[in-house]
Amino acid sequence: VSHLEADLREQAQALVALYPEPRSALIPLCHLAQEQDGWLRPEAISEIAELCGVTAAEVRGTASFYDMLHTEPVGTYVVSVCTNIACLLDGALELLDHAESELGVRAGGTTPDGMFTLEESECLADCDRTPCVTVNHRYMGGQTAESFDSLLADLRSGALSETVPHHGTLNRVRRSVGLVADRSAIVAERAAMAEAEAERASEKEAEKA
Amino acid sequence: MAVTDAPKIMTARLGYEDSHTLERYLATGGYEGLRKALTMTPEAVAAEVDAASLLGRGGAGFPAGRKWSMLRKNPVTYLVVNGDESEPATFKDHMLIEHDPHQILEGTLISAYALQVSQAFIYIRGEFALGLERMQEALNEAYAYGAVGADIFGSGFSIDVVVHPGAGAYICGEETALLESLEGKRGFPRIKPPYFPAAIGLYGEPTVVNNVETMANVPWIVLNGGAAFAALGEGRSTGTRLFALAGHVRKPGNYELEMVKTTFRDLIYAPVLGGGIRGSNTLKAFIPGGVSSPWFGPDQVDLPLGQDEVGDAGSMLGSGSVVVMDSATCIVRAAWRITKFFFRESCGQCTPCREGSGWLERIMYRIETGAGREEDLDLLMDLCDNISPGVLWPPQQTTICVLGPSIPPSISSSIRMFRDEFLVHVKEGGCPFD
Repeated sequence: VSHLEADLREQAQALVALYPEPRSALIPLCHLAQEQDGWLRPEAISEIAELCGVTAAEVRGTASFYDMLHTEPVGTYVVSVCTNIACLLDGALELLDHAESELGVRAGGTTPDGMFTLEESECLADCDRTPCVTVNHRYMGGQTAESFDSLLADLRSGALSETVPHHGTLNRVRRSVGLVADRSAIVAERAAMAEAEAERASEKEAEKA
Repeated sequence: MAVTDAPKIMTARLGYEDSHTLERYLATGGYEGLRKALTMTPEAVAAEVDAASLLGRGGAGFPAGRKWSMLRKNPVTYLVVNGDESEPATFKDHMLIEHDPHQILEGTLISAYALQVSQAFIYIRGEFALGLERMQEALNEAYAYGAVGADIFGSGFSIDVVVHPGAGAYICGEETALLESLEGKRGFPRIKPPYFPAAIGLYGEPTVVNNVETMANVPWIVLNGGAAFAALGEGRSTGTRLFALAGHVRKPGNYELEMVKTTFRDLIYAPVLGGGIRGSNTLKAFIPGGVSSPWFGPDQVDLPLGQDEVGDAGSMLGSGSVVVMDSATCIVRAAWRITKFFFRESCGQCTPCREGSGWLERIMYRIETGAGREEDLDLLMDLCDNISPGVLWPPQQTTICVLGPSIPPSISSSIRMFRDEFLVHVKEGGCPFD
């Protein structure tokens, strides 16, 4: 039984087909699984492993390296406050303090109602609008303590549900076509390389014996 | 002259609200460069880029034409465009991706044709949600328009492009780490040699990795000729460049400026550029090329914005990010935060970087918070020396990639410039700016 819903499973298979090697789709598939669940459930990890032809441990090993991939549940809204240099120079640490007391959690924590996860983030590359805050990777512009409070209120009331989808939804624009260029030269070359590799391996085996 | 009348090579379209759409792109000369390139031989297109002396805009400043010429002739080759911009206070690629994705795509397609590559990947930093959507939308439009895919514009050349999302890791901007990430692995930089993915790249096959800003220059170069591009700027620094200005200036932002012809003073103070220091404060220090670069003080503000000019003065133009710190800035806090960044983002493969960054961060933190000792300054320099022997510029390296040697510059240059301020923290047992 597929853990990914039918249309996402279809999406996942289409993504795998875009790459010369299926494992390359691993990170895009993790994003897809988070689009469904908000985080990487163990069932999703197993399914990604199956789709990419690797083990679940390899998926988890890759996922745990990346800040955006969550192997534990997070809130509906992941609120990221940048405190790196450009934002630091414009009061980001004070804003983070304010966010912590407003949400009642320290950076890294999730509110008990599961609504918000607060993150202290590294530079988000929006340095002419400081201090930078994103919610589920949607840029909210430079924030003050007051504007931050009304941002939270808007998120709570659902006023921003259009612009800020739930956590995990990253790219809402689907690729419209698969691969269309003639790949026979690539396929032939890769097959020849694989064959040569296998030959070298069997020669080594023979030597050992 | 603060700003020359050099053409806006990359930012001409940015005034339009719909600059990211195919409609606007075509209305403003879009895909003309690709059409022209397809009438030329691939070698002739590569020769134009070579003649432009276009230096890579990712941070290292390696000539794009030379990178291309290293590619082994082989049916299996890939072009990978690096849009993983994560260098703190650098936000030029982010802007280009969100506001002019077709320009990056056109540059990618022209480059793919010159290299005769049939599959290209555009790796976009995961946090750029809108950027990913805009780039995918642009790609969909370009496929429908016939600029990407089989037999593009009836030329007989076929190319597929895949937009690939990252997932949050600074190190993936390092080209070999990016390739590992694109292969579905942890972003661990690869051991060198080979120094260039042109030898062994994606899936072990020859690969060219170029920055998105580099790609954004290519359509103009093809349309106007490499010589016209090379005529801009001076010496090795040709063309224009995007400078990301941040910190205590009145008008932070991205400014496209002719190389060498403009100085840091112009960038920071010119009314049409940075507009001067915010409030009534004065300039204390600035970071000239991303947080991996040694800092400069007011004495160096008249240096021109050129690769060699900044290099010879003991720092680098790097990613093109300039961070301005005013007289009310706590230098220790600023340098501590940058060090904390490297500690968080170290991939953990090499001991000097993994351990050293953490030790440095904790020592910087204790100085900032009042628990520092006078001998900590020597200890910091000793640790920096372990990561980058001699703490020289350009830096020596004890690690697989340049993240390691990127850690010491902010500490060593801030101690050199503001030793007294460190000592005040120690003597007063706290931050004098609190």
